This record gives sequence, C-alpha cells and structure tokens, in this order.
Amino acid sequence: MIIIGEKISVIAKKVREAMNARDPKPIQELALAQWKAGAHFIDVNIGPAEENGEDLMKWMVESIQQVVQAPLCLDTTNTSALEAGLKVHNNTWGRALINSTSNEPDRFAMLELAAKYNALCIALTLGKGSLPADAEERCGIAAEIMGRAAEYGVPMEDLYLDPLILQVCTMQDQTSHAIKAVRMFQELNDPPMKTVVGLSNVSNGVPKEMRSLIDRVYLSLLMYEGLTAAIANPLDKDLMNVVKTTDLFLGNTLYAHSYLEM
Amino acid sequence: MSFVIPKESFNGKVLAVDFGKDDKALEIGGETCLPFLTFEGEVPNRPVIAYEIQDCVPDDWPDTVKNVYKDVSGDPVAWAKYCQNELKAKAIALRLASTHPDRGNRSAEDASKTVKDVLAAVTVPLIILGSNHIEKDASVLVAAAQAASGNNCIIGKAQEGNYKTIVAAALAHNHKLIAMSELDINLAKQLNILITQMGFDKAKLITDPMCAALGYGLEYTYSVMERIRLAGLAQNDPTMQPPIVGDVGMYVWKIKETVASETDVPDWGALEERGIAWETVTATSMMLAGTNLLIMRHPKAVENVNKTIKELV
Repeated sequence: MIIIGEKISVIAKKVREAMNARDPKPIQELALAQWKAGAHFIDVNIGPAEENGEDLMKWMVESIQQVVQAPLCLDTTNTSALEAGLKVHNNTWGRALINSTSNEPDRFAMLELAAKYNALCIALTLGKGSLPADAEERCGIAAEIMGRAAEYGVPMEDLYLDPLILQVCTMQDQTSHAIKAVRMFQELNDPPMKTVVGLSNVSNGVPKEMRSLIDRVYLSLLMYEGLTAAIANPLDKDLMNVVKTTDLFLGNTLYAHSYLEM
Repeated sequence: MSFVIPKESFNGKVLAVDFGKDDKALEIGGETCLPFLTFEGEVPNRPVIAYEIQDCVPDDWPDTVKNVYKDVSGDPVAWAKYCQNELKAKAIALRLASTHPDRGNRSAEDASKTVKDVLAAVTVPLIILGSNHIEKDASVLVAAAQAASGNNCIIGKAQEGNYKTIVAAALAHNHKLIAMSELDINLAKQLNILITQMGFDKAKLITDPMCAALGYGLEYTYSVMERIRLAGLAQNDPTMQPPIVGDVGMYVWKIKETVASETDVPDWGALEERGIAWETVTATSMMLAGTNLLIMRHPKAVENVNKTIKELV
C-alpha cells in the first residue's frame, strides 16, 4: 500500500503562513514526520497559487527534498507552477506524481507535463459537468482519460485512477460507488490500472473525533478491492496500523509479532 | 512463432554477506531471482559448503563419517588443517560441541582457546557454532566472538532465548551472525526484527530456519526456506532478505538410515553409500529451496553437491 502524506497543504494555516513567509522549517518538519511515519510520497498542495506559483512550487520541492529522501506528489491546478516543480524534482528516490489530471479540458496539460518530465499522474474521474453518478460513469470517464493519456504518450502503468471520494455524511451512497469503481478500474487494462483515493474526503464534515475511524475502516475496504495508493494522514497511527494489518490479511506482507513496528 | 521463456522478475534482492578475510574471503547471497534461475536475474555467488569439525572427538557420529577423520578428529587444529589442505575446504564450521553440559561442559575460556588455535592454523573463513544449548551458548559464543575478533567470522546460532548477548558480541567484534528459529517463517522474521532492533545490521545476518533430514521433515524446511525467499524477493520484505544457512550434517548423520548396519537392514544397501546419498540429497534439496551456505560432514557428499552446483550455474 502506497501512502501519500497529505499534511502539507495550503489549507492548513501553519503551512500557508510558512509558504507566504518562505519559512522552510515548519514545512520540512511536517515532511520529515510524515516520511518517518511511513509515507512513500509527500503531497505538496499549494492550491491555485495564482501569484508567484512557479517560485513557490520550486521552493517547496527543493526545501522538502533537502530533508526527505522521497518523491513528491505535486498538487496544484496551476500548470506553470507544476512545471516549475517538476523541473527541480529530484528523481533519485522515485518519480514525481502529478495531482491531478481529469476530464476537464484545463487539466489536459497535466498529461503533457507527465510525458515531458517522465512523471506519474493521478487522473480524477471527474468530467466537465456534474459529479459522476455511479461506478459505471466513473469508468466511462476513466476510459476517456486513458485514451487521452495514450495520445499524450503517458504509459498506462504511470496513471493512477482516482474515483473521487465523496463525503459519507452528505452522499452516503457515493461511498460504495467509489469502492466499486476501484474494483472496476483495474479491469480496464492488463496489467490492471493503478488506483488512488483522497481518503480524508470521506470523513469531511463528520464530528472530528470520528474522522480517523471512518477513514481507516473505509481504507481497509478499498484495500480489499485492490487500491494501490491513498492520499492520507501518515501521522494517524491508528490508520497506519490498519494499513499494516490489512496488508497482512491480503498477503502483501509476512506476519511477525512485531509487524506494526516495521 | 518462436517460444519465449516466461520470466518472473522481483523487486527484492537477497543480501550479499561476506565472511573470512583477505584472498580467502567468501561471499554468499546477492541473487535477485529464485535459486539457480539465472535466466531471470543475477546470481553473483554460488552456494558455499563448509566442512564441519568439532572441538572434541565426534563420538556421536556414525563410523561411516567418523572414520574419514579418525586420524585428526582428536585435535581440532589438525582436523581443520586436514579439511583445508587435504579436502580443499573453502570454509570450515567449528562446532564447540564439548561446551554442552552433557558433553563435557567445557568452559567458555576453553572454547576461546580452541577458536584461537584453529584461526591460527587455517586461512579459510571460519564459522563458529555453539553446542545449541541456549544458556551455555550465551556465554560460549560471547567468548568465541571475542577470541575471533578481527577475523570476520560467522557466529551462531543466536536464538530467541539467547540472542541479546550473542548479538552484542557479534556487533562488538564485527562478525556475521546466524539467527536460528524453529521451522516457522513468522518466528524467523520476528527474530530478525528483534536482532536488527538492537542495532545489528541486517546485511550481516544469516537466517537458519532449522534443518531436517530427508524423511524427517525435510519438506517443512524446504517450504519455510522457499517462503522466506519469496517474501524477500516478491514482497521485498527486508527482514527476509539475509542469506540462508543449512546445518545439514548434524541432522543427517543421526537418523536410522545413516546409522543402521547392513546386517540389521540388508535391503537398504551399503551403509556408507546410503549415508553419503542421504547427506547429498538433503543438502541438494535445501540448496534448491534457497540455501546459500551448507554445513556438511562427508567429503563424498560435499563432492556430489559441488558437482551439482557446477552443473547448475
């Protein structure tokens, strides 16, 4: 199971302030903590970053990779900022992951950048109009994106299909559609397509003390269906323990009494 | 259409471990594929066979194998030299059998003297084994590790009940270490975790999942070894990537097939041939399951296995 650490986000006040002040320390600390807790990628969400986006992303990538030997997940809608990040990303520990393309025309450029910089790319199965109604509609969108990725020269194994996780508290039936979509996505290609979710969306809006429980049970179900990766909080120890335990049941890791410490 | 051999490739890699020093040093492990499937990956090192010697007359060995060493087995130094010079051993495994409370109960000091004497007499790499007595090994192997300091030996075996002191000694004197658990892959993994949590580098570990002779549970050993390899290669489990040792001789040369006389069981054929065949088959099976280092007794069996290695690599 690949964990993409979600904590470095413009939405978090502490991170936003550090970004604005170009103070690397709080950001580096968060990156290091997530990496040590078992994150395979560190998500770098700078938002739309309309002002100085290029400079900001470049600074973020360089600051984080100074302290963490891991690839980054570059999370912005600003394509020129994204390109600036890809240019300086150190691929020694793995290729960068772009977050994300979709079926919206202004996100097609992400595929172009993935091909140009040999990066991995998340594809959100979201179209131009309203939210996808069910798993089948998500698969339709996925197929369109896959076709486009092929045109741009992005190999299928570099694409991570994201079914778009919605909130359990307002759209309960959508949570099972997304689970089904994870299963169906894999059948769209041989070898199976890779899949990813933005996990904590599922618990958005629920009382804070219940979020971790909802996240981790949902993740366990998704893993059972073959999920490849999750954008999640690696500092949530209960969540990480569920990942490790589910990996045992799925035969991905070998049991030992100390398996939680590995 | 031409036939294409299906190939499996793995993310994991067996760790390469060296032991001994100077031009006689050996390396085991390092492969990126299942045993001998050289078309699927890299196999930088062949399996190594170490000759077993003991620090006392091997009264418990059957005559078939005892007689081979009858002129030298009263003295571990002469025995070691014989293996190195006459049998062309690439490595020697010195078992400190006489330290066992039931077999002389010799002291840790005696054991370290034997270790020093043997090290002074031969140049091939040395594996130093205790008597498999949990409490006694804890003191004997610590003394032996110190006596062998600087010789890059393999020390063993650390078990769940005594690993702490033995690991500390191997760490302090820069030796490689055999971690032994009892025929259970999960226990093998757990012991490797506990040992590395003490700060011991996993790249200096060798796993002994415990041996069994043909007819006495060999299939259990085979299966555990095979699953260890698959966990290390296919699941890329770092705790399951150390090389594997098979302590073959001690399990083979005590079972009735290698001991029972021709008068007792005339249908079983010649005793000597039987014993050699038994050690050969047991060792070869383990090698096919993934064993990188074999500890053996009869020179003819060693010769047979070496021949197989040559044919396979």
